[in-house]
Amino acid sequence: MRIFFHIGRYFLMIKYTFSKFTKWSVLKKLIFQEIEDLILGSIGIVAFMSFLIGGVVAIQTALAIENPLLPGNLIGFATRQSVILEFAPTLISIIMAGKVGSFITSSIGTMRVTEQIDALEVMGINSFNYLIFPKIISLLLYPFLITLAMFLGILGGYIASVYAGFSTSFDFIQGIQLDFKVFHIIYTYIKTILFAFVLATIPSYHGFFMKGGALEVGKASNISFVWTSSVIIIINFIVTQLLLA
Amino acid sequence: MIEINKISKSFDNHKIIEDISATFDKGKTNLIIGQSGSGKTVLMKCLLGLHEVDKGDILYDGKEFNKDEISEVSDLRKQMGMVFQGSALFDSMSVLDNIIFPLRMFSNMSQSKMIERAREVIHRVDLKDVDNKFPSEISGGMKKRVAIARAIVLNPKYLFCDEPNSGLDPKTAIIIDKLIQEITVEYDITTIINTHDMNSVMEIGDKIIFLVEGKKIWEGNNEEILNTDDKLINDFVYSSELFKKVKLSQKK
Repeated sequence: MRIFFHIGRYFLMIKYTFSKFTKWSVLKKLIFQEIEDLILGSIGIVAFMSFLIGGVVAIQTALAIENPLLPGNLIGFATRQSVILEFAPTLISIIMAGKVGSFITSSIGTMRVTEQIDALEVMGINSFNYLIFPKIISLLLYPFLITLAMFLGILGGYIASVYAGFSTSFDFIQGIQLDFKVFHIIYTYIKTILFAFVLATIPSYHGFFMKGGALEVGKASNISFVWTSSVIIIINFIVTQLLLA
Repeated sequence: MIEINKISKSFDNHKIIEDISATFDKGKTNLIIGQSGSGKTVLMKCLLGLHEVDKGDILYDGKEFNKDEISEVSDLRKQMGMVFQGSALFDSMSVLDNIIFPLRMFSNMSQSKMIERAREVIHRVDLKDVDNKFPSEISGGMKKRVAIARAIVLNPKYLFCDEPNSGLDPKTAIIIDKLIQEITVEYDITTIINTHDMNSVMEIGDKIIFLVEGKKIWEGNNEEILNTDDKLINDFVYSSELFKKVKLSQKK
């Protein structure tokens, strides 16, 4: 039954986040700072992971379809579908739950432990709005990261399959153009926006309501990762069932 | 002046403070003392509005504020300054930005005016060459001074200090105590300090409230506390060898 308490408190936190707004001039600076920390600071790892994941998907697809009767453009097609529909939005979001989520939980958790959140509240500042709202707004740029992940994933697949001799450049490019549905991109962006909201709020919740000292900050980051990635998987399932099934 | 009338607060049916009434005077350093776990911090958090009391009234300059009225709570909070036990400075901001922070949030001053005001209070708390340093780069005593500067930058009517000299060496602790007392008189504010440090009690205890297990059992000043016959107070006051020796030498 404890889960219902946490769900209720999470939604109350969301409600308070969108009430009693901090001064815009202060909020603006915080949003730019969060964009730097959460979005720009993640470009490197997202690019690295996506490129290699795309390459692995292409190689595994090539190895699985040794039958010469299957068309050569299948590798490009399978890579595009896997990267766009699943690997870029979902897998990258789980990686981000580890990177960005842990950062959010530990930074807010440390503020809680060192009474910085109490200091904000004593000053009459809505600490939910001050700390969480800029994170939600900055993660509205998360689709930009996923777009980059999609592009680099497919590029990784192209380089791996063409330079390893599994496919020709023509076949691969033909494959990624084959039976392209714009709705798949829309589906991916719908998922991405939902994941971005989860990435900003669940780690914030775990940081905000943690109790204890430095050790508990570590534990909170750990629990936050488990819950954030679990919720991402659950949302992924529901959205896929609703939009693609 | 802050008045509290029979305030009580429980957590999970466990009473932390019970029926406490007191008056905290303006222009004086009002100390709440007692052993760890006696309810000092909870009482202070109730005064700050961080905990809602189960029963009783808290009056700020004779006025009970309406907790349901967000703007009223917000206005009152702007008149409060708080020095936390661990200073609670914002790690991501420089010393100057920490002090400017309340001005940035609640005033319409220009950047240059804010810097000017921040420098005034930095000078008042005797800090030098720390404007661009971060909290992790300064000593514990300096952090306390920065916390005091941040607390007074908006000219508050009420100043709250939670164990302001914990973790400091005795000399620095007395300097910080004295600084708080000087600021209290100079700015004519109501200062409430939580402490269990007898040196602070003797140095700056204009008015003292003694708590035991969440109940107020004594009230007086730093001279009266040495001459009371109350066993619980004597156990607390003379728990250190130094004070025992002082008492013995006084008797001789």
